[in-house]
Formats: sequence, C-alpha cells, structure tokens
Amino acid sequence: MLNTAERTRETQPAPVSGEDVEAVGKARGIRNEEPLIFEIGRAEVSGVDLPEPETVTSRLGGLARKAELGLPGLSEPEALRHYVRLSKQNYAIDINTYPLGSCTMKHNARLNEKMARLPGFGDIHPLQPLSTVEGAVEMMQELSHWLMALTGMEAIALSPKAGAHGELCGMMAIKAALDARGEGETRTTVLAPASAHGTNPATAAVLGYRIETIPARADGTVDPEAVKAKLGPHVAAIMLTNPNTCGLFEPDIMAIADAVHAAGAFFYCDGANLNAILGKVRPGELGVDAMHINLHKTLSTPHGGGGPGSGPVVLSATLAPYAPVPFIRMEAGAPVLVEEAAHARDGEQPFGRMTAFHGQMGMYVRALTYLLSHGEDGIRHASETAVLNANYVRAGLRDVMTQPFGDKICMHEAIFDDRFLEPHGVSTLDFAKAMIDEGYHPMTMYFPLVVHGALLIEPTESESKEALDRFIATMRGLTARVKAGEAASFKTAPHFAPRRRLDETRAARQPKLRWKPAG
Amino acid sequence: MRYLPQTDADRRAMLATIGVPDIDALFVDVPKGKLVADTHGLPHGQGEIAVERHMGRLAAKNVAAGSVPFFVGAGAYRHHVPASVDHLIQRSEFLTSYTPYQPEISQGTLQTLFEFQTQVALLTGMEVANGGMYDGSTSTAEAVLMARRVTGRSKAVLSGGLHPHYRDVTETVSRMSDGALDVMPPAPTGAEDIIARIDDETACVVVQSPTFFGHLVDLRPIAEACHARGALLVAVVTEAVSFGALESPGAQGADIVAAEGQSFGNPLTFGGPYVGLLATRDKFIRQLPGRLTGETVDAAGERGFVLTLSTREQHIRREKATSNICTSSGLCALAFSIHLTLLGSAGLTKLAAINHANAVRLSEVLATVKGVRILNETFFNEFTIRVPGNAAEIVEKLAARGVLGGVPVSRLEPDRPDLADLIIVAATELTTADDRSRFAAALAEVL
Repeated sequence: MLNTAERTRETQPAPVSGEDVEAVGKARGIRNEEPLIFEIGRAEVSGVDLPEPETVTSRLGGLARKAELGLPGLSEPEALRHYVRLSKQNYAIDINTYPLGSCTMKHNARLNEKMARLPGFGDIHPLQPLSTVEGAVEMMQELSHWLMALTGMEAIALSPKAGAHGELCGMMAIKAALDARGEGETRTTVLAPASAHGTNPATAAVLGYRIETIPARADGTVDPEAVKAKLGPHVAAIMLTNPNTCGLFEPDIMAIADAVHAAGAFFYCDGANLNAILGKVRPGELGVDAMHINLHKTLSTPHGGGGPGSGPVVLSATLAPYAPVPFIRMEAGAPVLVEEAAHARDGEQPFGRMTAFHGQMGMYVRALTYLLSHGEDGIRHASETAVLNANYVRAGLRDVMTQPFGDKICMHEAIFDDRFLEPHGVSTLDFAKAMIDEGYHPMTMYFPLVVHGALLIEPTESESKEALDRFIATMRGLTARVKAGEAASFKTAPHFAPRRRLDETRAARQPKLRWKPAG
Repeated sequence: MRYLPQTDADRRAMLATIGVPDIDALFVDVPKGKLVADTHGLPHGQGEIAVERHMGRLAAKNVAAGSVPFFVGAGAYRHHVPASVDHLIQRSEFLTSYTPYQPEISQGTLQTLFEFQTQVALLTGMEVANGGMYDGSTSTAEAVLMARRVTGRSKAVLSGGLHPHYRDVTETVSRMSDGALDVMPPAPTGAEDIIARIDDETACVVVQSPTFFGHLVDLRPIAEACHARGALLVAVVTEAVSFGALESPGAQGADIVAAEGQSFGNPLTFGGPYVGLLATRDKFIRQLPGRLTGETVDAAGERGFVLTLSTREQHIRREKATSNICTSSGLCALAFSIHLTLLGSAGLTKLAAINHANAVRLSEVLATVKGVRILNETFFNEFTIRVPGNAAEIVEKLAARGVLGGVPVSRLEPDRPDLADLIIVAATELTTADDRSRFAAALAEVL
C-alpha cells in the first residue's frame, strides 16, 4: 500500500534541452512496433472457441486436406493488441485534414455504419426469397430515385463495385448500344483528355478500344475544337471528367457534348468529382450519356484503406435499355428486382452482368443514410462548402505557391505546380513528405499528369474554417522554409512518422509479397 | 447540418478572402441557366432520430437470416463473425484511411495487407496472392483475362459447376473484350468431361470446387490435362471455409485461384461488399492484376511495407495496365484477415469440420423426407436436392412457414426447365439440430 504522500506525488519535469536519448527497445512512448502474425502466432492457438464437431461419415471423397494449413492463431487479447497497434501507424480522416485531391476524404458519419449493421440489412442473403427482402429492394429503389433526381438521368445500374467498375459498366452499355446500331465494329476509338484518371484509358483498353488523347488547353480545360478534330465515324465515345482533374469545371462541356453526339458518339462522364456539383448542376442537362457515382467519395461511404467502393452508373434514355442485370423495374408502383436477362421485357436489353448478386448493398445503405441526413438542401450546401473550402485554401496559398493556370477560381480542389519548389531544389515529393512531419497527410502528388509536379489539394466540406486556417498556416510555414534554403530537411522527411522513407525500388526489384518461414 | 462545420459568419469571411461576393460566383464556369434552382423534388435533411426511424422501417421489412432456420448458400454463407472483428474494422485508423499511397503513415494498412496476402497464399496453396478484388465473380473474370495474357491464347473453358453469376460475369467481360469462351452446360450431378474440351487454343479451364451444386472435384487430372496442352487451370472457390477441410487447389496443380472471401469476417449484407481472392504462382506475378504489398526497408533500415509492382496498374500504365481496378475491398480484406488470425490453423480446421458435419447431418435428415433426393456423392457444406415439384414455389412455401430453405436453381437458371426441381441447401456452424428438424418437417408439409 502506498502512503498518501506517494499516491499524490506529482511529477516535476526537468526542462528539456538538446538530449539524445534512445529507448531500450523499439517502442517510442505509446507508439509500439508490431511483428507479423506469423512471428507471434502459434498454429495451436485460437481466439475462437467452437464446439466439438459431431462425428459423421465424411463426404469429402478422397479430397480431405492432408497438408498443414500453417496459419498462425492469436488469442483474442493478442489479436486486439496486434491490430490496434497497427492501426496507430495509420493516418485517417478522423485524425486530421486529409487533403488528398481527387479522392474526396470527407467525414464518414457513424450513423451510416450503424444503419448498415441493422440485421434487416446486414444479415440478409442475396438469394433468399424476394418476398423476404422487400425492404431491401425498396431501399435500393429509394437510393436510385435520389441519384437519378440529383443527376437528372433516366436510368441507373446500381451493381458496379467501385468507380472503375462503374466506368466499365457505362462503357459496356455504350458498346452494346453501338452494337445494336450496327456500329460496334467500326467505332473502335475512345477519346480521353491527357488529364484523365488512369482508369479511363485502362477501362477503354479492357474493351479493346484504341485510346486517343486530347491535349489540354493552356487553361487546363478541354477545347471543343480539339475534340472536333478527333471526332469521326471511328469514335465510340469520349471519356471526360467534369469537374476535371485539375479541379476546373469544363466551361465548354455542352459544346463538347453536342459535337460528340453530332458525330454519333457517346459522352461518358467520369463522375469522380461529382461531389463539387451534386445538387448544384444536373449532369443529365449537360448532355451526359453515362456517368458513375463513387459512393465512397461523393456520398461518404468509408474508404477503408482502399475499399470497398461502390460505383452505380446513371444512364441517359438512349442507354437505359442496356443496363445490366440486376436492375429495378417499377410494377404497379412497387419496385421489382430483375435478376436475369430471361426476365427482361420489351425495351429491356441488358448487356450482361457486372458482378455476382446485387452489388454493394452495404454501401447503398450508407449512401442513402447520408442522402436522407443531408436532404437536398444539405447536399447543395455540402457541394458549395467543398468548393468554398478549396478556394479558401487556394486564396490562402496563392502568393506563396504557384498555380498552373493563373489565379482562377477552382471547384472542389485547388491545384498547384512545382515552380515554387524547383529553384530551391525541393521536389513535390519532398514537400509532401515534409507535410507528414507537420501532422498532415500529403495532397495528391504528380497527378494530373498535365501539370508539372502537381500538388492537388481537396479539403472537402468537412473542414472547419479553423482547420483550414491551421492547414494554410502550416503550408505557408513550409514554403517559407523552402525559400529559406532549407532543402536538406525536406530531402530526409518525414522524420517523425512511424517509418522514414521506404525503399520502393528494392520492393519492386526483389518482390517479397508474403511472409515465408526462415530457412 | 451536423456534418458541416462552417457558420454563416465563417462563410462570409471566407468569401471575402477569396474575393467573390457570393457562393454562386464560384460556379462561374457552369453554363448559363444550368445552375439548379429547384429542389429536385427531394426532401430536406433530417436528424439522426428521423433517419434511423426511416431506415429502421425499411430494414424491418426484411427477414434477417438469424431470425429463422436458414439454409441459403450458393455463393454467400452465413457464418459467425467474432465480435472483435467488427470492433477492430471500425477503428477510425482502418475505417477512414485511404489506399496506402503514403507508406510512412500507412504501415497499419500495409502490414495487414501483407498478412492477408500471406494468409490467402497459405489457404489456397499458392505462392503469391494479391491484396483483394471486388468479389469472387470479378476475381474469376480477372483470372480468365490474366490467363489470356499469360498464354497468349483466347479460349476459356468454363465448367458447368461454375456459379451461374460467375459464369455470366466472365461471359460479359469476355464478349465485350472479344475473348473466346466454351461454356459447359450446368452439371447438377457433378458429372462432366471437361478434359475433352481442352485443345491447343485453350488459355484456361475454369473449375469450381466445391461446385455450385456442392460436388467436390478432383482437380489433379484436369490440371495435368491443362498443362499437357499449355493451358492454365483456374480453380474457383465460393466457400472459403472449405479450404480448412479440403486439399488446396495449389496442391492439386491449379495455376490461378479465384475465390470469394466473404465467409471470413464479412456479413451477408444482401451480396456485398465482399472480398475477392486471387492467388497464383510466382512466375505469373507480372500479369496479376490488383494491388500488391511488398516488404522493404526504410531509410533507417527498419522493415516496412509498400505498395509495389505498380507498373502493372492503371494509375501508372494507363491503357497498358493489367486491369482497370483501382478501389478494391480493403476493409473487407481486413475483416477476412482478422477473422482468420483469430481462428488460426486449429480454429479453421475445427470450423470446417463443424460445417461439414452439420451438412452431413442435414443431408441425413432431408433424405428421410418423402420425395426428396440428394444428388451429391460428395460435398462440403452444401448440396443439391431434387424435389417433386417446382423448387421455387416450394422455397416460397417454406418461407411462408418461417424456414429459408435454400436456393432454387431456377432463380439463377431461368432458361433451364430441366433444373426447375432442384434446390441448393447449405449448413454452417450456425445451423442447429433444431433448425434441421424444422426444415425437414416444413419440407414434408409442403411437398
């Protein structure tokens, strides 16, 4: 038993000065190093208690497993520590501003998580009788209604699993429509601007299209004349992001759409940046034929360290018949889930199927919860705030960083180039890594490709003015250091992260993609 | 709005800093007349109470699997997920982080992905696995595209035991990318001669085991026949728990394994999000799509992990990439990995044994129902029964009696009247003896 004096003893630290102390082990305060499960687990340990299986006559034929599984097990407390310690080596939206341009790291509301876990949504099987999942289909229909109303489009394919999968779905619908017109064989080219996401050309390539690149105009937007020059009877579609990847609304989008349609081609809109305009502009009124909506960006379903995403595609009246199965048909005011092409009716010509079952139900629930929470007023407010925040950051940094297209208003993300860095021997990468030392996840670097050493900053609507002011002050502090000739400290950054810069060349040259037992 | 921090005063101050009079001045590039002036006919925002009430009403219209005797499988399985799995994946640092492009502050995600890749390689008996795909069906389609790149050939032979949705997804991608397919008819009894379909144009043969109908397939002779003709064997698994009981596809000679990982850590959720597994041999790494995490060292010599071999991926290679995939299933892969870490070899072996035993018991009790015939000699935790009558109607009648009694094959094969009397039924560790007898009794009633 401690006496009272000891129990109430307060520490009185000595002032810190130029000390160079190393800990005995690898932990640094409450930051722990954590080995791999294969180094701490044991094959005979399990964190799950199960009853003994009944003794039965095996029906496994001669195929029962003979080889050891070799999977390490951890007890529950060990597992909790393993994953909690690892989690602490991650950056997250819930920790600080996550200004990753094009990725839309907005707040992930926890009500969305709670709703997705209701047994009536989380514990239903995709193939249990449809009579037992009417609420699920109704929920999908309600989400569809919101997405079509907000985008001004005629139809929707909910099932694509992520943005790139949505692109594939939209482009397949276009291909099916061209085939139906007898032009599938002749229209073999897809146009995409140089600033496009890599997924656009990759998607078109999966479908066998040749990709022709449209150069960007000096102001970062697409010139309708440049599009016209590439159009012809060989062009199937243009894939265009709007707002574009430089964070700019394409001012000539309607002229581009008109030219594309006049040439008999389709307009695929990459909806990755829809979060800037949802509730403000209906893409359907701009001449869009197909567009995916990243529920994990615009509608805040969590990114989860790289998924799951969800990429429903809205379609124009021309493309609506080709929507893949499953789709929802309204019959006597009630939604019906059409799962097989065999059940299609007149005017429905589904091009195929994108995925098993019905797509990302768990993400639909979260997205609808987000939409109901915001309402049409909140959605508009969110888009406006995303744009306001990006321009506020731009205004706060425009005198110390360099803008590639002049001092011009942006949408939801502000783009800078590396002219403010280069003369001082600091690269975009160095600057990004220095941001880590200041407690920030870096912005998107070196994308889009049309901007030299691009730094693409997307604050999202979730940031308060105070948070933005802190971010701006930090960025200004870093630019001041750049100009003061402190390049050396940038070259070695980050200094305070769980790891220093990692050797990516070595990882690629000597790929070590799994743990193997020693020897 | 509770998710938007700015006050009106903030907004005014910010507009002044930017140097514009109002918000719409920021939308100056939107074509004239295209700024929305109406409400889209949509309602205003609501607080948590009202939203919960609304969503709760919709959820309550559905019959939750856990509330009834439940035997539905056919590609998605109701397993018990340990409580700590869902707790851990809701850690902010896992839930609200992006793809780990900045490795210095993403070691949590990267190390767990490295562990996931290793676990998947061990389960499947393969040398290397990627960091996950959307789901099993898209993994299968990607495996076929990969086999085409590896072999330089076009034709893929799809077994009649392949899940019809997987077949349809693969067929859609193949048709749209001008790949040749040889699709075998559904094989409800498990009998088919797929080896006879392999020729010198064959890029790969796609065989699911356990099959859609539950049969176990000896992959070894098929692998040998494939390799003799320079083709690859793609093995498909929709029930990952079966890895705990069955000889791995890798040990049987498979070249690529495409599987659904939902069974570990991921709830049913009406079909998604799930996580696709994709594993292969080291020599095919450069043709493997999707993200890969690799081990390396940092500038101070400490072990660390990074995304690697990204020259296969769309953000670097654009139209020359191996796939267009970007966002995959990170959090579902994490749930999979945590569940498997909790199980370990001992737990998984036992879990698989319980699943098999419960399915055997189910087959025994269903076999006593007059008119029911079990089509399977072999199975893991699901099998196919033939019933006297229309399977879809019988399953509806069972549902009306509070039993979710499997999947009528006609639900996925509406064009095949010869399959209209088949039901696929599954049992897992959650199936009780009481569930089984209630199923048998209800079935006897409706037949």
